Amino acid sequence: MIRSLLLAGLFSAGLSAAALAQSHPPHAQPGELEVDPYTVSDANAGADPIEDADVFVAFGGEAGIARVVDGLLERVREDERIEGIFRASDWPRLRRTLIEQFCYILGGPCTYTGRDMASVHRDHGITTREFNALVENLQDAMDAEGIPFALQNRLLARLAPMHRDVVTR
Amino acid sequence: MAFRKQWVAALVLAGLAGPSALANGWSDEWGGKLLLTRGISTVEGAGGGGLASWALITGNETERGIGGTAHASWVELPDYSFSAQGVALGFHDRFELSYTRQAFDTEAVGAALGLGQGFTFEQDVFGAKLRLFGDAVYDQDSWLPQIAAGVQYKVNNQSAVLNAIGAQDDEGVDLYLAATKLYLDRSLLLNATVRATRANQLGILGFGGDLEDDYQWAGEFSAGYLVNRRLLIGAEYRFKPDNLGLAGEDDWLDVFAAWAVNEHLTLTAAYVDLGSIVTFEDQRGLYFSIQAGF
Repeated sequence: MIRSLLLAGLFSAGLSAAALAQSHPPHAQPGELEVDPYTVSDANAGADPIEDADVFVAFGGEAGIARVVDGLLERVREDERIEGIFRASDWPRLRRTLIEQFCYILGGPCTYTGRDMASVHRDHGITTREFNALVENLQDAMDAEGIPFALQNRLLARLAPMHRDVVTR
Repeated sequence: MAFRKQWVAALVLAGLAGPSALANGWSDEWGGKLLLTRGISTVEGAGGGGLASWALITGNETERGIGGTAHASWVELPDYSFSAQGVALGFHDRFELSYTRQAFDTEAVGAALGLGQGFTFEQDVFGAKLRLFGDAVYDQDSWLPQIAAGVQYKVNNQSAVLNAIGAQDDEGVDLYLAATKLYLDRSLLLNATVRATRANQLGILGFGGDLEDDYQWAGEFSAGYLVNRRLLIGAEYRFKPDNLGLAGEDDWLDVFAAWAVNEHLTLTAAYVDLGSIVTFEDQRGLYFSIQAGF
């Protein structure tokens, strides 16, 4: 009797945990700061994936994309034009979600679990000049990975319209 | 007289620019445009290609600032040489003002025509351009180009000679509508411009003529391929009126390479085919332009 009650209790606890996990997927992963809940969706990535598989390959797959993002973040940290914007950022989370976003947009087998572009950037007061500074850092990071310019532009073409949501000032 | 008209034009342009700048708040930052997205300077001073005026606004400024460019351009032809130097301002990536002085040296042709060796036509071009809608660079999820409307007021300094060759006026106004778009996923820049004009050879040979005196529509087309961030290669074609019985005029075309050395300096070289100029056929040669911007 006690055992079955215990089992039932465990079972229901398990169920509710599963239900909880389903309605609220993990917004922050271990090692990241807590974030307010939001609806997870690939649509938050802000662009549809590129359907041409050659582009993902040219970026070196997920590993190559991770190197591009690392290169980008290294450059951003040292770019006096924009480093202030990122100073208070949760860098592990920023890195993870950027990799997810680029991987998803480049047609890779990734899901984007970050927030949408408008809510992420709402409070940063970003200007076009700063947006362009980030573009230049990304171009440098892609150059460093030897990604052909025309294929870099395939990614940039998907990112460019985010100017509407990112630039608020 | 012409001098006074130039000042009137300058004042009108300043009058247009002032309110625009004030309404948006004075410049609070310099620069910020991506390389090459300010265009180069046309021989008429507008932001554009070498021959075609584009919808891009000159200067390195974004919507939060003021920028500008200065340019010097030269065209060496078999029988003539042409140069243009000017300055332009861009306000908030929205409005552009430009002034360019053109000099067309007839070299030995001048002597042959009895005008004197090295007889030179000079022309002042005052330009204004307003970006209407669309975004050439950021709206990559739309095929719609950036559209701008422009005006160029031109004053030639050789009215007596212009009169003798059949031109009706020594000054004129061109109006144009330009559509420019960067199709980034193809690394392609396309431009189409339609111009209403009475100008003979840009106005170097005056405005209107014995064959045709009215405004005509003339198209200007450019296509460029971005090789990398700093290098745009492409070609342009510019339709032109043909108003003068004495001096038949051809469409112009060029093949160009524009190289952004850095955010401040762009060098452009082109092969140009300007066709027949004052009865001297096949005026093909080299164009070179240096543009400095902030």
